[in-house]
Amino acid sequence: MRAVDAIMECLKAEGVDVVFGYPGGANLPTYDAFVDADIHHVLVRHEAGAGHAAQGYAKTTGKVGVAFGTSGPGATNLVTPIMDAMMDSVPVVFFTGQVRTELLGTDGFQEADTIGITMPAVKHSFLITDPRELPRTIHEAFHIARTGRPGPVVIDLPMDLSKVDIAYEPVTDVHLPGYQPRTVGNAKQIKQAARALAAARRPMIYAGGGVVLANASDALRELVREGGFPITQTLMGLGAYPAPDPQFLGMLGMHGTRAANYAMDEADLICAIGARFDDRVTGKLSEFAPRAKFIHIDVDPAEISKNIPAHIPIVGDAAQILPRLTEEYRALGADASRMDEWWQRIHAWQARHPLTYEPGENGEIKPQQVIETLYRITGGDAIICSDVGQHQMWAAQYYHYPEPRRWINSGGLGTMGFGLPAAIGAQIGDPERTTVVVSGDGSIQMNIQELATIRQENIPVKVVVLNNGYLGMVRQWQELFWQERYSHVDMGTFGGEEAFPDFVKLADAYGIRGIRLTESGSFEDDLRAAIEAEGPAFIDVRVTRDEKVYPMIAPGEAARNMVG
Amino acid sequence: MVDANELLSLDDLQAAGNIRTGRQHVLSILVENKPGVLTRVSGLFTRRGFNIDTLSVGPTDDERISRITLTLDGSSQPIDQLTKQLHKLINVLKIKDLDPAETVARELALFKVSVDAQTRSEIRELAEVFRGKVVDVGKRSIIVEVTGDRSKIEAFERLVRPYGLVEMIRTGSVAIARGREET
Repeated sequence: MRAVDAIMECLKAEGVDVVFGYPGGANLPTYDAFVDADIHHVLVRHEAGAGHAAQGYAKTTGKVGVAFGTSGPGATNLVTPIMDAMMDSVPVVFFTGQVRTELLGTDGFQEADTIGITMPAVKHSFLITDPRELPRTIHEAFHIARTGRPGPVVIDLPMDLSKVDIAYEPVTDVHLPGYQPRTVGNAKQIKQAARALAAARRPMIYAGGGVVLANASDALRELVREGGFPITQTLMGLGAYPAPDPQFLGMLGMHGTRAANYAMDEADLICAIGARFDDRVTGKLSEFAPRAKFIHIDVDPAEISKNIPAHIPIVGDAAQILPRLTEEYRALGADASRMDEWWQRIHAWQARHPLTYEPGENGEIKPQQVIETLYRITGGDAIICSDVGQHQMWAAQYYHYPEPRRWINSGGLGTMGFGLPAAIGAQIGDPERTTVVVSGDGSIQMNIQELATIRQENIPVKVVVLNNGYLGMVRQWQELFWQERYSHVDMGTFGGEEAFPDFVKLADAYGIRGIRLTESGSFEDDLRAAIEAEGPAFIDVRVTRDEKVYPMIAPGEAARNMVG
Repeated sequence: MVDANELLSLDDLQAAGNIRTGRQHVLSILVENKPGVLTRVSGLFTRRGFNIDTLSVGPTDDERISRITLTLDGSSQPIDQLTKQLHKLINVLKIKDLDPAETVARELALFKVSVDAQTRSEIRELAEVFRGKVVDVGKRSIIVEVTGDRSKIEAFERLVRPYGLVEMIRTGSVAIARGREET
């Protein structure tokens, strides 16, 4: 069969039922194979949309996402999702077309050195030079993408090779001598960690996206409840431990709760699980958790002691390690009352510094109110796909995620334009669940063309834009740290007749119901009607223009100096 | 209840990782002999902000495998973080941080020195002392090949520089573990 038909066989063997892509010259053979392949191919409107949709699908389902693009600009348009998947450890296999072998290196039409351009952004990549290797390479790519610390893998396929007739035989084994991720976790270290937890008087569990990726939520819940420990989660970890919950102190970091940040600051032992001490979490590194010893559990050994030296490192899969840690801890029979004073201190912070905001005046809708209302309407049961900016932080603070894989956002790379295409992947991955894009008037315009994809796929994604007419987060920083010298943050999207674009008309033009909400009084009913109506909707919510995200650890500051 | 002996003093826990060792390191890395592997390795150094002092690449007795020998300064960079990052590259098979006391390391250098009738023999004598080889003799210059560890090469350079060092070409280090054990 043709090499491209073998691609389809490999995809089926990997259990792929949906892919996201965009055809072009160099991948014409592949697209010819799609005609008879019986694989659901979602035609996006920009390759970045394909990549982010594949990420949204992967994040929602835990399966490997797949994206296709052509050579040259098709591939370079995929660079942002590739880097995004790298930063957030999302398993996605990217197939890029490449010019004919004889044109490689000649600056041929639509030629780009895809392998070279993407090298620093991939977990691994393959340039196909022998079409007979294609099936094995595809299975290796899936294996690499999904195991260990997941990540993006690129397969670059020159056009001439994709048409070659090869003898396809199913590949059942993958052998990569240089790739053997450790999963089990050292038994002695686990025992040591249990003893440290039992000795700690002010322990904190600090869980990240790795728990979600490892499908270790249940194991995490058991550990936290068994020990009666306070827990905080990173932006990427939200939902791993259910919220709201008396033991959950909220998110930590730059826009985390005071209780979570103060508790990290005063903890004597921090147990990090699938988290990487990102600068948005630690603030000023030298003043981060100065009294704490660290247990660090991660499947990627390079994360351990990268930013914060670990006292008890445990390399392995959280889903395997946490149950054993819980068991070891239980066997010690530690007395939970040693943490009584600690909990009192935490409760005092929680009482003194709840997440809060001033209600809007004169019928104005507050952005935080939008998220709170959305939480009430959906009962916390929706998948929230966020873009990047203020709305993202509010959606992390005011929507409480009861389960993992319900909060889909771009954390590490912070890619504006991620949310809408990610929601396409999420909705297709979990078709029955209400899927809502929470975006801003800036972010939504970065991939707004994907409204056409929603229309074409006829999926009921709801888009909620917190429209303040500003690049709100940039504006917030200019206000707070650049002496209110506002530079290029007014988007023109706020206002009456003169607002542009008119999102309602724009949505209508795509054949999607457009709704504008401006009144606080009827807001909850209006939003409920918009969310509960069948089919997709685009909801332009006019919110307080100069609202800021608080509390906040100013850049380079220590957690204890939070403001707002 | 917790046995007092089971309890552990948090104060006694020692952190590990990101230690600056303060010495020169020689990393011997086995990699799959595939296109782009060297780019992946060197790109990783750039991206993570590590500095390579010397680097050499060559085949091994197995044609599917190449060896990269790297030297790095452990006083300015955390070697453990670096090796862990290198291990993440799929094509990297094995990394060995060679103990200097248990390692034979050699560089090769070619020195082109300007000479006249009188100094030619002086350079020859120096080369002899360093167990170097004169590999080319011209009317106004001479080329000497010297093999040895870094300090020997640098000592030879200091000695011939006053004569007029036209140019010097050095390889990176190659290194092999002493004794029966494989590198």
